[in-house]
Amino acid sequence: MIETELFIVLLLLFIGIVIAGIRILKGPTAPDRVVGLDTVNTIVIVSMVLFGAIYNVVIYIDVAIVYALLSFISTLFIAKYLEGGDF
Amino acid sequence: MIGTIINYIVYLFLVIGVFFTLLGGVGILRFPDVYTRLHAGTKCTTFGSIFLILSIVILGLKTWHLGDTDGSVLAIHSIIALIAILLTNPTGAHAIARAAHRSGVMPIDAVVDRLKEKNDKNQDRKKTEVDTLEDE
Repeated sequence: MIETELFIVLLLLFIGIVIAGIRILKGPTAPDRVVGLDTVNTIVIVSMVLFGAIYNVVIYIDVAIVYALLSFISTLFIAKYLEGGDF
Repeated sequence: MIGTIINYIVYLFLVIGVFFTLLGGVGILRFPDVYTRLHAGTKCTTFGSIFLILSIVILGLKTWHLGDTDGSVLAIHSIIALIAILLTNPTGAHAIARAAHRSGVMPIDAVVDRLKEKNDKNQDRKKTEVDTLEDE
């Protein structure tokens, strides 16, 4: 069935996460690291949806929705912190 | 017959999605400064995740068509996750870009920086206003 192909896709997405993680570790400035973190978050959300489709468990996809909203909030807060303004 | 065609469409969407997501990863590693990295890391991964989640939606609709109602739940929840990504990702990228510019990280090799020009103009206007007030 299609589960094998989805597992291969997950493996390739994991390579993408590793590449963005290299940018988080290397990044010369703080905004570089935030960009890497944002990319990792997006790929993790997609991976959760794919896991939910593979094991046929819908609750994983609900977790992905909540994770998307929480990562958005965290990105906004880090951006506000870098800006240095008052909240 | 129709199942085979749907499977091929799903494979096509999966290939497109993985290709663009990995392209975003390569761009985030290779580009020279924050703004170009943001360009690669946000646009490419958003486009790739649209196609990856659409393939899951098609799979769910196919299982629903075959008589399993779990497929419809899978499809609808995947669409909600896609909407969440589509709403939050560009907004977050915009916030990061503005924060990077205000925290003093300027683009390398940039010829035109309209945001900086606008800020300078505003500061000049404020300064002249203060000067005129002091003169009066």
